[in-house]
Parts: sequence; structure tokens; C-alpha cells
Amino acid sequence: MAKPLAQEFFKGLWDEVPPFRLVLGLCPVLAVTKSVENGIGMGIATTFVLVCSNVLVSLLRKAIPSKVRIACFIVIIATFVTVVELVMQAFAYPLFLKLGIFIPLIVVNCIVLGRSEAFASRNGVFRSFLDGLGIGIGFTLSLAVLAAVRELFGTGALTFWEKPIPIFGPSFQPFSFMIEAPGAFVCLGLLLCIMNLVGKK
Amino acid sequence: MREMIKMVVVLTILSCFSGGLLAYIHSGTKERIENQVLEFVKGPAIRMIFEGATNDPIVDRFQIKDGDIERTFFVGVFDGEPRGIAFETSGKGYGGDVGLMVGIDVKENKLLGVGVTTHAETPGMGAKAQTDPNFAAQFRDISLEDPINVNQDGGNINAISGATITSRAVCAATNEANDIYKEFKDQLDDQLKSFKK
Repeated sequence: MAKPLAQEFFKGLWDEVPPFRLVLGLCPVLAVTKSVENGIGMGIATTFVLVCSNVLVSLLRKAIPSKVRIACFIVIIATFVTVVELVMQAFAYPLFLKLGIFIPLIVVNCIVLGRSEAFASRNGVFRSFLDGLGIGIGFTLSLAVLAAVRELFGTGALTFWEKPIPIFGPSFQPFSFMIEAPGAFVCLGLLLCIMNLVGKK
Repeated sequence: MREMIKMVVVLTILSCFSGGLLAYIHSGTKERIENQVLEFVKGPAIRMIFEGATNDPIVDRFQIKDGDIERTFFVGVFDGEPRGIAFETSGKGYGGDVGLMVGIDVKENKLLGVGVTTHAETPGMGAKAQTDPNFAAQFRDISLEDPINVNQDGGNINAISGATITSRAVCAATNEANDIYKEFKDQLDDQLKSFKK
């Protein structure tokens, strides 16, 4: 029954990577992946909430009555999301302006509640910590990859700290479809397809 | 019965801790967030108006009570003399209120410049009030003797084509700023006199 600890961490990076394997939490995946910077910012915010809520839920799992567990999880998750929101406003205001409404919406991201309910409420603190960290990093990497593809084809450059780094050179005609909403769906579909092809045995 | 009491107790304790933690973080970050909002929302307009100022106008600010609201005034120092003030007013635009930062030279009673801070105007049309430097340039160094109006209303400001309502809103906000300036002129002069150079 007890899996090796390392596996709790690494499963989040490939076997159960949220947007591609579990196909959960797609709202931010589609909405904020216009640029790599936004994607990574959103990923880090979600990772923080995931790790903190997983640890706290797992610590309190014996004290929380099962009938009100969802309410308790939501209170815990919402608290950490508000913490992230305040800290981001104080220290990374431009990023906060870009991510806007999607930061408070982490509360209803089903990955976070899903991990609390399916994992942290049944496992020890350290395991839950590793699980949250693994899933969070997997989520961040997926956002970064999707955002990189969209930004690269949509603008021909990757932007870091307000500095665009041109990749395709000046003769490239930006394929702006990719940074619009339909491009997000097409891109996600193609990446899902590739992930399934690679993972097929 | 026991189970119900336990549910209530657990939820209450959890919510109390959550509230306490958030209140603590809120009070810890409040000042920084205010500064960030000033820097990124109002900062660009203020810096454009006070081009060439030798101080940081966002740090050098003071407040004056106007009835129930507190108005924030930003100070611009030119050639070692605090002679510029800037504050925010608003006018009715096409898509809602247009927030306008208005800079006034208190020594010569003239307009230093204006800059749009917040708006909900149509992109490519009214939104040009914020992004088109030619429009804002018309408000540089003009006298405050006469009310400021767009061409259509007999004034000297060329309205943004296709966005007369937005242009009128900017003019109205400037005129309102002029009224506020006249009302508070004595207090502003006192504040600037005691301003540390």
C-alpha cells in the first residue's frame, strides 16, 4: 500500500500532471497562458496554495468532522488564496494586474480541492506536502510549456521581465490566432494528443 | 448532538484563525499595496506631468480634507522650488468615469499637463486619451483663466476624432480640477511653503 515517498512527488510531474493527465483545472490553463511569465506566475501562486492547504488539511484531518470537511477545506484554501493575493499585490503588482481575477479563482480550482479531498485528508503530513509540491510543479511546468508554445507562435518572441527575446527573427509573421482564446483550445488539444502518444505503451 | 457541536466548534475555530491571519497580513501589506497602486496606476500620469521634476512626486504627497473625502496632492519640485501640484479628478466619459491626473503650476496659475489614470473607454477610440501623446500635449502650459473646452464647444482643444465624449470628459475633469484648485489655493500654498526642500 505505502508507495515510496519519492513517487508521491514524481507522480505529479508526469503520471498525474494536472492539465494533461487528470484534465483538471483548465480554466486558468486556457486563460492565463498568453505569455510564459503569466503562466509561471499563476503556477507558482497555485503551487503555494496547494502545498499549504495540503499540509494543513493533513494536519487537521483527524479533527475535521467528515460532514463539514468540504466547508473546512474551502475555508483553508480561501485563506491561503487571499494571502497570495495580498502578497502579490504588495510585491508584484504588474503581475497582479495581468492575472487579475484568476488569482481569487484559485479557490475554486478543482485541483486544489481535489488534492485536499482525495489525498491530504487520507495521508500523513509529509506525504501530503510532497504530493502538493509535485502536483504544483507539474501544473506550473504544464502552464509554462503551453504558454511558451502559444507565445512563441503568436508573437515570435518570449518575454521575460518585460524584455522580449526574439526567437524567429524579424522576418517572422506573428500567428496571432495562437494568443487568442481559440488558439488556447487548439494548443491544449494538440499537447494532450502528444502526451497521449508519448505515454502510450 | 455531540457531533453537531463538534462541527460548529471546528468550523468556528478554523474561521477565527483564518480571519486573524488575514487581518494580520492585511495590516502588514496595506501600506505597500497603496504605494504599488500609486506607482503603477497613477505613477505614469504623474511622472508625465512632472517631467523634469527633481523629486519623486509619488513620495512627496499630502492630504487635505474636502468635506467627507480626503484628496491626495502630489508635489513636483522644479529648479529647487516646489511649484507643481497634481491631483486626481474625474469626468463622465463614454464608458464610465474617466479618472484624470491634473498638474497645476501654483506660481504662474497655469496648467502643467494632464494624464488619464483610469478609464473604461473604447479601445482605439476613447482610449487614445490615455495613449496618444498629441492629445495630452494640448493641455501643456495653458492658462487657467478661461474654461477649457473642445473645438465643438468653442474651445481650443482638438477632440480625438470619433471620441468627442471622451475629450469632453477630459476637459470637464480639468475644469473641475481648476475649481478645486481655486477653493484650496490658500491651504495648498501653506503646505508648499512648509514643504521641506
